[in-house]
Amino acid sequence: MSDVALERKAGAAPAPIASPRELLPYALFGGLVLMIIIYFVGAEEGALSVISGTDVHEFVHDARHLLGFPCH
Amino acid sequence: MVRSLLIRGMLVGLGAGLLAFAFAYVFGEPQVQHAIDFEDHLAALHHDAMGPEVVSRGVQRTFGLLTGTVATGVALGGLFGLVYAYAYGRVGALGARGTSALLAAGAFVSITLLPFTKYPANPPTVGNPDTIDKRTVLFFAMIAVTILALVAAGRVRRSLLPSLGGWNAASAAGSVLIAVVAVAELILPGVHETPAGFPADVLYRFRIASLGINATLWLTLGLGFGAVAQRLLEPAPHRTGAPAASPA
Repeated sequence: MSDVALERKAGAAPAPIASPRELLPYALFGGLVLMIIIYFVGAEEGALSVISGTDVHEFVHDARHLLGFPCH
Repeated sequence: MVRSLLIRGMLVGLGAGLLAFAFAYVFGEPQVQHAIDFEDHLAALHHDAMGPEVVSRGVQRTFGLLTGTVATGVALGGLFGLVYAYAYGRVGALGARGTSALLAAGAFVSITLLPFTKYPANPPTVGNPDTIDKRTVLFFAMIAVTILALVAAGRVRRSLLPSLGGWNAASAAGSVLIAVVAVAELILPGVHETPAGFPADVLYRFRIASLGINATLWLTLGLGFGAVAQRLLEPAPHRTGAPAASPA
């Protein structure tokens, strides 16, 4: 590993570490879970509502405004 | 390796979320409170009944804000790690830290800065609850446009690099980016919902604070993840125990 780094010539790109095929399951599952988290902070009980009421919205209210998401 | 990068991305994202919380608490919260005071003042003028307080202001500006920034930091950090796993070795002659810094700068520009020029962050009171559906769709559409425009600009730069050289290729790519974003902003409908009399200073400071919070998030991710990824992908000889005799 260290040899690879040392032998890399200046101005040359390092070898990619993952093939698209290898990345696909991570991208699908990880991406989906992480998107859902962002959804709950950014949009739940705003434009869409999975959980009824306004508890989630009110709890993350300040973060939603300050991070720049549209909010009421 | 992808697994390691995903986990490290989430951990650095956790730290980035904590720093973003600190920035938001110090610089953002006072403006949120000013905006809410204005809202209460308006309600009192019109003799509107105040809605019941579902979550107290004390909880909103501490645990609520912390939960929101940290959850966002972890999620963006994880996504960052996954994008990094693909990008490393595929964005030219950049090492571990350079790739991280480039990705974070690109993310800040395309997710925060450019969309902000059309649909900036708004404090409470600014924004009509009846248009939240439309505003949410427009906000995410704008982000999609700016991300695609930035990726397209990167491809333009790369394809022109051999024939035009670095400066000209980058200038052409920058022109493509600005042109695409400008056309999108002209086509997408504007949102102008600031109520009459809302203090301009509060709006300005709130928006600057919002930019600062997002900058804190991406700066921490870009530099922090770069340092962590370097240890993982390009360990220095003295750390792995190999003799550091080879001339650089």
